[in-house]
Amino acid sequence: MNDMKESIVLKDVVKTYWMGDTVVHALAGINLVIETGEFTAIMGPSGSGKSTLMNILGCLDRPTSGSYLLDGAEVATLNDDQLALTRNKKIGFVFQNFNLLARMSSLQNVALPMTYAGMERKERLEKARLALERVGLGDRIHHKPTELSGGQRQRVAIARSLVNEPTIILADEPTGNLDTKSGDEIMAIFCELNQQGRTVVLVTHEPEIAAYTRRIIHFRDGKIVDDERREGTCSGKA
Amino acid sequence: MFWESVIIALEGLRANKMRSLLTMLGIIIGVGAVIAMVSIGMGVRDKVEKSIAGLGSNLLIVMPGSTAPSGVRVAAGSTSTLTYADAQAVAREISGVNAVAPTVQRQYQTVFSGKNWITQMQGTTPDFLTVRNFEIGDGSFITQRNLDARDRVAVLGKTVADNLFGEMSPIGQTIRINKSTFRVIGTLAPKGQSANGQDQDDLIVVPLTTAQERMLGITYIQAISVQASSPDVIDQVQQDISTLLRSRHRLQPGVDDDFTVRNLTALMATAAETTGTITLLLGNTAAISLLVGGIGIMNIMLVSVTERTREIGIRKALGATYSNILLQFLIEAIVIGVTGGLLGVLVGLGGSYAISAIFGWATLISVFTIVIAFGFSVLIGVVFGLYPARKAAKLDPIDALRYE
Repeated sequence: MNDMKESIVLKDVVKTYWMGDTVVHALAGINLVIETGEFTAIMGPSGSGKSTLMNILGCLDRPTSGSYLLDGAEVATLNDDQLALTRNKKIGFVFQNFNLLARMSSLQNVALPMTYAGMERKERLEKARLALERVGLGDRIHHKPTELSGGQRQRVAIARSLVNEPTIILADEPTGNLDTKSGDEIMAIFCELNQQGRTVVLVTHEPEIAAYTRRIIHFRDGKIVDDERREGTCSGKA
Repeated sequence: MFWESVIIALEGLRANKMRSLLTMLGIIIGVGAVIAMVSIGMGVRDKVEKSIAGLGSNLLIVMPGSTAPSGVRVAAGSTSTLTYADAQAVAREISGVNAVAPTVQRQYQTVFSGKNWITQMQGTTPDFLTVRNFEIGDGSFITQRNLDARDRVAVLGKTVADNLFGEMSPIGQTIRINKSTFRVIGTLAPKGQSANGQDQDDLIVVPLTTAQERMLGITYIQAISVQASSPDVIDQVQQDISTLLRSRHRLQPGVDDDFTVRNLTALMATAAETTGTITLLLGNTAAISLLVGGIGIMNIMLVSVTERTREIGIRKALGATYSNILLQFLIEAIVIGVTGGLLGVLVGLGGSYAISAIFGWATLISVFTIVIAFGFSVLIGVVFGLYPARKAAKLDPIDALRYE
């Protein structure tokens, strides 16, 4: 990954909320560049602003001020529908509690983002099947989430995050609801994806999860207090 | 995308079968009630129209006696101002007249070989058949020749024939009407009951002249039935009859008519209006239940949106736009409307048949009613689905994802 290109560029990003009469500075002027192909962990105690940052990075929310270039395009000023389109094309979400639709099979869950991208049904289901095979669930495509273990569910979610070939994969505490073994398996998949060139950003409060990554950003009181580049433990485990 | 939304909506409904069914029940009952109630109203109207038409179409009835300014008519038929010559003049001089049948009538006892039957004797002319919409069953009707010769011949209504002769053919037999002997030359085809339950087949028809001179001993007639050639000319014919009769009776201007011309078409219009009102009333009552069904849809859709807040959040995170979510929930409401509407049509058809089978009421189902009721149920799905769907589409994805 030597041809470094900037996937994410945040410039003076501020996010403030009103809580009654008091202003809460959830993000107090963040400057951050994440290059394509980086594997980054964002750490910090609760209330540090890391969730707010995730929401903004994931185009679920807009900053109060500042600029956010995603894949070279300004997204801080987009309207709701444009943000939805951006999420669909450029962001792959992996959540702590999986957020799969219980009524649907793994295949349908994975195919869902492509539905909103307007892809043909046949093509959609074929791509979803391939994505599920890629995360090792080729034999579980017709199972519903309730028929799968936590680790398997999270793998379905990862497959879903991949299908639209997004610019970045955002994982919010992806191992938070999993036992250590399943957590390791999930992290191994992220490592593998990163080694294939995917930009992965994950939020976690567990140092051993953050240890997989090659860059750890520490948050406190809405500010970056530490930005550490290091050798990830991926290669050893993946 | 549209069909995707339909499939998603159907899956959503299937996941909550009981609830979907109960929601639909409001629409099913509403649509079913509209169709059944309107079918009753239309059945009544159809029956009234048919029995009025059975009296004869485009019919005017001229009776002696005027309508006094107070509106109280001096008992029509009791005065003696109308004559056979008046009737002949109407037939001869007024254009747009199809047939004219002057009549006299009285109740008599009829006897045949020990059996007797009290019935209405009608003295009239051959045009009676056309004017009153009768048809000959067996034999022949009275002719102009019978009229000229004052023949003692009679044509029997079905009821009279049945009561006097039973299975036997009355043609050629001799009966007695009030002690005078008459030869039966024919029978009338049955017409059944009239709108007010009268037996229209309980009559005997004899030549007008015979009735006047040999039975009643009068020179006047009691009524003239006039059939206009079309509904368009009926008002003109009514006016012309008044003018003609006023001049024949030498009535000075300012003097009241000594006759009354009644328009059965106008009567029919009134009856149609009344039954139309009944239909509307029944239909409206049923439409209210359809409206209540619509509120049921809205209620359930609001519950559904709240319950599926998280699902909405997930879909939005994955890239669903405002219109994607709006369409999904709107289609779900429409599917309830359409499915409920279809089932309601079946219920309405079944209910309508059941009503006519159990209570013996005439019901009439029109395609128009079905289309309107069904269309209305779809519309209700849209109208009452719109608010919940908008609510869903406007949800903030972050709040929705955080919702427990």
